[in-house]
Amino acid sequence: MRRPNWVPEGTDLDKPNAARVYDYYLGGSHNFEVDREMARKAIALWPELPQIMRSNRAFLRRAVQFAAERGIGRFLDIGSGIPTFGAVHEIARAIRPEARVVYVDRDPVAVAHSRLLLEEDPGSSVVQADVRDVEDLMSRPEVTELLAAGEPVAVLLVAVMHFVQDAEDPWKLIAVIRDALPPGSALVLSHASLEGRPDQAEDHQRLYRMTPTPLTMRTHEQITAMFEGFELVEPGVVYLPQWRPDQPETVGEHPERMTGVAGVGLRP
Amino acid sequence: MTEAPEPSSGAERFHEDWARLLSGDHGTAVHPGLLGRLVSRTAGLLHRAQLDHPFEPQLAAEAGAELVDAHFTDPVVLARAVELLQRQRAADGRGPAVSGAFAAGWAAALRERTLREQEAIRTAADVARKEAERALRASEARFRALFESAAIGIGIGDTNGNILAVNKALQELFGAGPDDMIGRRVGDLVHPEDADGVWEAYEDLISGKRDYFQFDKPYYRQDGEIVWTHLTVSLIRDDDGLPQYQVAMLEDVTDRYRLQERLRHQATHDPLTGLPNRAAFFERLEKLFEDPDPGARFGLCYVDLDGFKVVNDSLGHDTGDELLCAVAARLKAALTPLGHLVARLGGDEFVVLLEKSRGEQEAVAAAKTVLKALAGPVLIGDHKLAVGASVGVLERRVSTTTPGAAVRAADLTLYRAKEAGRGRWILFDPKENARAVSRYAVSVRMPAALDRGEFFIDYQPLYALADGRLAAVEALVRWRHPQMGVLGPDEFVTTAEETGLIMPLGRWVLEQACGQAADWIKRFGDAAPQLNVNLAVRQARSAALVGDLGRILDTTGLDPARLQLEITESTVVGPEDEALRTLHGLVGLGVSLAVDDFGTGWSNLAYLRDLPVSGLKIAGSFVGDLHDPAKDEETGWRIVSGLVSMAHALGLTVTAEGVETGRDAERLRVIGCDWAQGWHFGRPVRPSEIARRIAEEPRGRPVAD
Repeated sequence: MRRPNWVPEGTDLDKPNAARVYDYYLGGSHNFEVDREMARKAIALWPELPQIMRSNRAFLRRAVQFAAERGIGRFLDIGSGIPTFGAVHEIARAIRPEARVVYVDRDPVAVAHSRLLLEEDPGSSVVQADVRDVEDLMSRPEVTELLAAGEPVAVLLVAVMHFVQDAEDPWKLIAVIRDALPPGSALVLSHASLEGRPDQAEDHQRLYRMTPTPLTMRTHEQITAMFEGFELVEPGVVYLPQWRPDQPETVGEHPERMTGVAGVGLRP
Repeated sequence: MTEAPEPSSGAERFHEDWARLLSGDHGTAVHPGLLGRLVSRTAGLLHRAQLDHPFEPQLAAEAGAELVDAHFTDPVVLARAVELLQRQRAADGRGPAVSGAFAAGWAAALRERTLREQEAIRTAADVARKEAERALRASEARFRALFESAAIGIGIGDTNGNILAVNKALQELFGAGPDDMIGRRVGDLVHPEDADGVWEAYEDLISGKRDYFQFDKPYYRQDGEIVWTHLTVSLIRDDDGLPQYQVAMLEDVTDRYRLQERLRHQATHDPLTGLPNRAAFFERLEKLFEDPDPGARFGLCYVDLDGFKVVNDSLGHDTGDELLCAVAARLKAALTPLGHLVARLGGDEFVVLLEKSRGEQEAVAAAKTVLKALAGPVLIGDHKLAVGASVGVLERRVSTTTPGAAVRAADLTLYRAKEAGRGRWILFDPKENARAVSRYAVSVRMPAALDRGEFFIDYQPLYALADGRLAAVEALVRWRHPQMGVLGPDEFVTTAEETGLIMPLGRWVLEQACGQAADWIKRFGDAAPQLNVNLAVRQARSAALVGDLGRILDTTGLDPARLQLEITESTVVGPEDEALRTLHGLVGLGVSLAVDDFGTGWSNLAYLRDLPVSGLKIAGSFVGDLHDPAKDEETGWRIVSGLVSMAHALGLTVTAEGVETGRDAERLRVIGCDWAQGWHFGRPVRPSEIARRIAEEPRGRPVAD
């Protein structure tokens, strides 16, 4: 049964939160001891995690640049978390100063933080919603307004869908979003993959079971299937550093160690 | 003052190293353009800090701060930056001071940034918490409003059954204040009319075996009134899935229930007296038979008022109705406290049902109670009406009968009570019942049977013992009863006499038989037998009989001399009996008479002398008794012989009935008995069989064979 949305979601500061843990990996201080404790454990198990997160952040930056350079001026960042640095609107506006961004996150603390940060920015808004209740998300006034103009919109699902379990059918959720997008829109997606570091996957997923957002790593094939209805741009779904690197040498010798895969698809 | 102390090649190398340092790790996440500008600006600042005069350590600190602002917060970056700076040659030995200032600037900026971010995230958490609290309060307010102003009653209880909260609607439903209800226990809300299973469902719910149940359930209000509710109870579990609360929602369905009850009452109660009606009685009775305990007994008292018709006819229906109401009230008052059901079956018929009888005595006691209750006169208007009743009592084990059979038996027992005289009860007797069943079946069906052509006539031959000639045939009416098969006259003639149907039936028999006899005479002449027809007492007393018979003889063309009517001894009871006139009238038509079944009635020989009869038929029991081992055969023969002598002395022809053997026939012939009938000579047969005998036995048959 769907919970009526006027029943509030609690703020549980006693549990680690993915957005704040991510911030810690990236060297930020927008986090609490409970988040850091979890992050330290994760890093102890998997010392490359901060690098992986930076790699993910770098993909986000390159993908937003790519979209903006293609003329996309509207962005829907789902699972935006805490925009420690390099927030979407900053990246996009370097290319398209009029760019508009709607940030969406389900964590009330991340949303409150984003609102404080973006109070003065008329081109940005923040919505508290959950991608798993995608009809609710897509019906929010900020979102419908973003889509209403019929201009292409870049939807960002960066390091988000691995927090959606199979039972919740992430492919279906994306399809619902896709069907609401005007032609020329883009899907920007990165996702933890099982193939990069199979040795780490199980431990890592176990660790995330402590959080309100358990982690589900998926195969390359499963992740590629999320682009159904989109045309993948070159180079397709690849390891994070391999996606349109600034310079060939920044890919590094072992891009698979970054474990995440990413891609950008365009809606015909 | 800004003269460069070092060759530009050193500065260029530093710039390259610096750019390489910043473009790794975190730098990959930064836009290359931005990164390039950051590299140039910070390298410039450091360059100036190393070489400018006077030495401004602040420039190095600024460079450190800029890195932190660009999110280069990894201490590894600081270590490698200091390393790079130390390799640079600075003016006047200020190298360590430049590094120190850079590191201090980086650290100070990081500290500021950390504090700022901590502050920001705490503020955000605070905002979020407040927002959540506000939302929770709003949600609570909504729920409270929902709870308080809901039209249906809502109560919350713990899993121990303590009531914790009740809303206004529930208070109104119970006509109680919150203090009357909170702290009470759910288990106290039991009601005798609770549906089966409701409390089992409740136990299952609070123990977590089920999450939900629904029932229609009555409750006592604070004022003692009953309120009917549609009850839904749901279980609330805690985070670990353990039962925590129960929430009951109660919708007042009293009106609906009352309407249903009224409709049901109307369907199951007699509108005049308010007693359960026939349908309700049968429903209750049939329920007893659904799943009875072995040995379970029940009782029925069928009650019929004596003389109700008189009251109704003479004082009017209104008075009759009032009388019925008064009777109903008395029966109810007397028998309901004993735990018995009183119902009105219709008209002036009532029934008392003992659903759990302890034995015959209890049913008899109930019947006596009925009679006692109706013993005193009923005052209606100015009339003091004495009502009595007759009661048929049946008390049986449930397993030995069926509802239908029991009701029929009780009804027939009542009929016997009526017959036996008013104001009494009679207990069911299986033998009497069997008899009554046939009479009942007979009397109900007979009026229509004649019209439907269900009657027919068989003929039993009478032979002359002297020459074995077929002397006569006795017409015997038969009834082909649709349910009971072919019935003989002994099984329905008494009823026909009681109901008066004997008149048309008797007329019909005469018409048929006379027509048949005339037909035989036409076909066989003198060889055709005489026709004997039985005359019922009531027929003999009817003044119309002589006229009817005259018409029939005319119509059929039968010679009256070929017809003999058989009467019984009880047809004439005294010298002044009006039946005598009829009998003389019949004889006047040229018809002869015979006394049938002689020896079984009063056998007043004196009257026999005065009757215009020409024949006598000795009852079959005399011949039958000859073979009773308990009785002396020779004495029997002497009686038969005496009867024959006496009849001959009076000039009567004698017929022996019930002759079953050739030996008896021979002895009767020797005694001088004129005619004989019985199985030895032939059972009653169809007319065609008689015709065959007439044709095949022109010289008669041997008597003794």
